[in-house]
Order: sequence, then C-alpha cells, then structure tokens
Amino acid sequence: MSAPTAAPAAAPGGRRREKIDELAARAGALSAGAGGESLFRSAVRRLRRDPVAIIGAVIVVVFLVVAILAPFLAPRDPYAQTLLSEVRQGSIPGAREGFPLGVDQLGRDVLSRLIVGSRQSLVIGVVSTVLGAAVGMVLGILAGGLGGRVDTIVMRFVDILLSIPGLLMAISVSVLLGANQLSLMIAIAVTQVPVFARLLRGSMLVQRDSDYALAARALGVKRRKIVLGHVLPNSLSPVIVQATLSLATAIIEAAALSFLGLGDPDISRPEWGAMLASAQSVLSVRPELAVYPALCIIVVALGFTLLGESLREALDPKFRR
Amino acid sequence: MLRFIVRRLLQLIPILLGLSILLFAWLRALPGGPALAALGERATPQRIAEYNEAFGLNEPVYVQYLKFLGRAVQLDFGTSARTGQSVTSEFFLRFPGTIELTLFAMAFAIGVGIPLGYLAAKKHGGFVDNASVIGSLLGVTIPVFFLAYLLRLVFAVELGWLPGSGRQDVRIDATHITNFYVLDGLLTREWDAAWDALTHLVLPGVALGTIPLAIIVRITRAAVLDVVNEDYVRTANAKGLATTTVRNRHVVRNALLPVSTTIGLQTGLLLSGAVLTETVFAFGGVGSALRQAISDRDYALLQGFILILAVVYVLVNLLVDVSYGLLDPRVRTR
Repeated sequence: MSAPTAAPAAAPGGRRREKIDELAARAGALSAGAGGESLFRSAVRRLRRDPVAIIGAVIVVVFLVVAILAPFLAPRDPYAQTLLSEVRQGSIPGAREGFPLGVDQLGRDVLSRLIVGSRQSLVIGVVSTVLGAAVGMVLGILAGGLGGRVDTIVMRFVDILLSIPGLLMAISVSVLLGANQLSLMIAIAVTQVPVFARLLRGSMLVQRDSDYALAARALGVKRRKIVLGHVLPNSLSPVIVQATLSLATAIIEAAALSFLGLGDPDISRPEWGAMLASAQSVLSVRPELAVYPALCIIVVALGFTLLGESLREALDPKFRR
Repeated sequence: MLRFIVRRLLQLIPILLGLSILLFAWLRALPGGPALAALGERATPQRIAEYNEAFGLNEPVYVQYLKFLGRAVQLDFGTSARTGQSVTSEFFLRFPGTIELTLFAMAFAIGVGIPLGYLAAKKHGGFVDNASVIGSLLGVTIPVFFLAYLLRLVFAVELGWLPGSGRQDVRIDATHITNFYVLDGLLTREWDAAWDALTHLVLPGVALGTIPLAIIVRITRAAVLDVVNEDYVRTANAKGLATTTVRNRHVVRNALLPVSTTIGLQTGLLLSGAVLTETVFAFGGVGSALRQAISDRDYALLQGFILILAVVYVLVNLLVDVSYGLLDPRVRTR
C-alpha cells in the first residue's frame, strides 16, 4: 500500500473500517499520480473495452427503461384480479394466451406486476442510496475537511453505527418509523451512511496532503474553497463506485425487509420483494411466482454490481495503462 | 501483544456506551415509549401511568439512562411482552441454536470455499476460475430467503431427503443439557437425537452459508493470485523446493491471512444475521425470535436482543483483530 492510510488504529469492527479506508486511499492515489489523459476519459475508454462493464451497463439501462416506461409496457392492469375466478385451492392458472407468465394467487397478471414493480425497486434503490450517500458525505466532508476534534467526534459516531450489523440496524429503524415505504428507504439509507462517511473522509484525507492542495493553501485560498472546490471533487470517485454497488444492496435489502413484514403495508402494490414474500404461501403450488421476482432482483442487482466493480477497476490506478 | 489487546479493549468502551445510548433512545423514541414496550399494545393509559411511576420514567432522562445502563450491565432487559419470560433467558435459550447453525454454515462455507478459491486461482482464466467468479457474484446477489425457499421446496418438500423446519424432530424425546442439540445428543449418548439435530442444520446451514461462501471464494482466489506472484514464491520455486512444499508452506499459509479475517467477520455477521434463514426454516433460534418480535411489536425483546447481538458482533470483531495480531506480527505495531 503506497498511499498513506487514513485510519489511525483499528477498533472493534476495524476490519470493515480498514477495508473502506483502503478503498479510499487507493482511489486517492490515482489523481495524485496521474499524468496526461484525464482520469475520467481514461476510465471511460477502459470501460468501453471491458465486456463485464458492458453487460452490467446493458442490464442497468434495460432496467431503467423498463422502470420509466412501465405503465406503457405493462400489457395489463397490475391491480386487476382478472383470473381470480380460476384460482382454486392448490391450483393457480399458469401461462396462457395474454398471460405469458401466468397469474398470481389473486388472479393478477404476473408479467405486468413485474414490469410495474421495477419502478418501486428503482425508487427504493435510488432514494435510499441518494439519502445514505448525502448524509454520509456531509459527515465525511465534516470529518475529512475540518479534521481535528470534529473528525474524532464524527468518526466515533460512525464507528458506533458500523458496530451494529446492517440488517439489525435496518430492522430497528423500520420498527421505529413504522412499516411503510418511506421508512423502508430511510432504514436502508441509515445502513449506508457510515460506509459513505468513512469512504469520503479517507479519500479526502489523501487529497488534502496532495501537492495541489498545498499549492492552493500557499496561495492563500480560503479553507472552505480548498475543501469544497479542490479536495472534494477529486475525492468523489470511490463514492461514485460505492453508490453503484449500494444500489444493488439496497434492492436486495428492501426485499429482505419486505419479507420481514417491514415493507409497504399496501400489499396490493406491485413490488418485487413483496411479490417474493407473498409467493411463499403458494410455493408448493406454483414456485414460479417466487422465481420470477427473485430473478428480477438477482439480475438487476448483478447489473449494478458488475457495473460498480468494473467502474472501480477502471478508476483504479493499478490497472491504468 | 498484551498492550495491543488492552488497547483494543479500551477502544471498545466508547463504542459500547454509544450503542447503549442509541438503543436507550430507540426505545424512548417509539410511539408510546418504554411503558408500551413492557406492557404490550393493549395497555390502558392508567396502567401506563402506573408503570411510569413504578419504574421511574418520570425522572430526568440521564437518571433513567444510568439506571438502564446499570440493568443492562447485569443483563436485565425486562420481560418479553409476548411470553412474559425475561428477555435475557429467552435469548440464552435460543442462542445455542443460532450458534450451531452459524458454525455449520461457516464449516460449509470454509470447506467448500477455500479449496474452490485455490483451484480457481491455480487455473487462472480457466473454467473453474470463471465459474467461481460468476458463482460468487450470484452468491451475493441472490436474496438469502429465496434460496432458503428453494432449498426447502426441493430437498425437504419434494424429495423429502432432509427435514425442512425446526431444530429437531418433535417425536424424538431428547434430553437437553446445554441447548446445543447436537452436542446434547453426543453428551447423553443419544446418537439418533444428535444425528437428527445435525440433519436439521443442513438446509438452513447451506442457505445461510452461501454469502460467506461467495466471499471466501473471492478472497481466497485474490489472495492466492497475489501470493503466487511474490518474490519469495519465485525464490522457493527457483531453489528447487517440491511443489507441495511451496504450496503448503509459502502460498497457502500467506494467502490464508486475509481469508481468516473474512471468516471471523462473516461469523460475527451470521450470528446476528440469521433472521431471514431461520424464519424460512422456522428454526427456533435468535433469528426466528426477532422475526416474531417484529410482528408482535415486542419492543423489550427487540431492544434486548439487538443490544446483545450487537455486543456479540463487536466482541467477535475484537477477537478477529486480536487473532490477526497473533497471525501477523506486523499488525500489532500499528
């Protein structure tokens, strides 16, 4: 590890912390040592040649298009219990003309529900990640930009948050705020906050010691301007990578919370996690009802993960050619 | 080394205090507060007022916190609103099951993960390598409870090879001394009871073990790839050491350092994170109790369990740190 590591000593929960700091430091090393081509241009160039990144990007783009155009793409009304009369104990109508994936236990068209459900997953993923990243970044900027006592206090707080396992944290927040969509998103966001805070802080600490920051300080530029105008923009790449990966985690976690009964109380609303959870009761009758939403979750999460991982590699100076 | 351990222990204090403040505040922030938590949803206003008076909830907040802390240190978290039992005894009744499940899941993850990761690195770019990379990506993106559904449906419901719920067949009249059912069976020489408890661990253990498995494969593969390119491995090969010697003494030993950290961390996570898997298999460990408490709004139990589990998680992390210091002398001086 050539770049200076930001963490002092690791406390309990330290490995996770160290890992975050290491990512930050590694990303920080790049803009300091890069010459010639701009960082993002070279990253984009490498991404375009990386088949993994292309697969990830294609999945993400398809997901976005489907989610945005969902009302126009869905062949039927996702709420209409069209075939309810044909649902019997122990038998649910399968695929047929006009219902390519069959219907669920309430006689609603599964394909339409999957398509419309993509919107919820997108909203949950984006809102919770943006929320978590925003709060985490404010903490990170405070700690990394001001340093000293502020840094110590903020980081102690972040360490406490990191010491509670993610799912337990999400459960506590959800229980506190009541079972609804907003609290679900806040609960997931809270688990992301400490990761973003530590990541940005570590990355900013590296940038603060760089030559251009020193030069700016020597020229008499005010601290706020150095931190917000110079250090921060150069520290953002690990945050962008993490945000991409967090979208995947958020979608999976949302499904888990839905499964635990902490999701949207309006269970008629199509949402992948809720569909998966409600399919449990009819699993032995029609397992496909669980398989379809699960596949959607896996594929979309995989898309964001592939994109995030290749973004990380593309932004990593170790792989820079 | 002793100084290293003491320093780590001291760093634990602010974290534990912070945790206790968070969970203290959590219970008070709930609609209805601690009285409702203790008396349950259907408490009348009068009973709530009586409770507040009796338990000093009309006192200043810091006094209340100190009292809470005092009770927490003695592991007194009140009684569960559902069962009327003390939260702590509920916890220790169920925790052995979760520990057994975690150990099984980790044994599965380690036993499959390390050889697979090693093979993948050895045949870098080959079929095993590509398959393991894809597999480990799938392993972290598949929702655990969906995998649990599938395993249960296929192996328990359809094929009937393995039991799909509970910790032990109810028809078995087993003696329980420690509440570790497998261990109990061995201690009392009730072999069929031990075997039955073990078979009950297989499906939930495999479901629970997939995420650590995926991570272990990944880390082992990366670590072996890192190590085989080191100078000392080239030197060892160049001076004519047998391939197995190089593999065992130089490659595997150094590659396992980062893997051991991952194993420790994942064990800590599993001990607290079995909520989903345990629920699907109605396993009767800590996770199932948490799930039940969420739907029952059993706040006292939630608070106690989450606090104890977070402390367990922190302690396991500490253990990982210390063992890392033992394995790798360089860490101690940082």
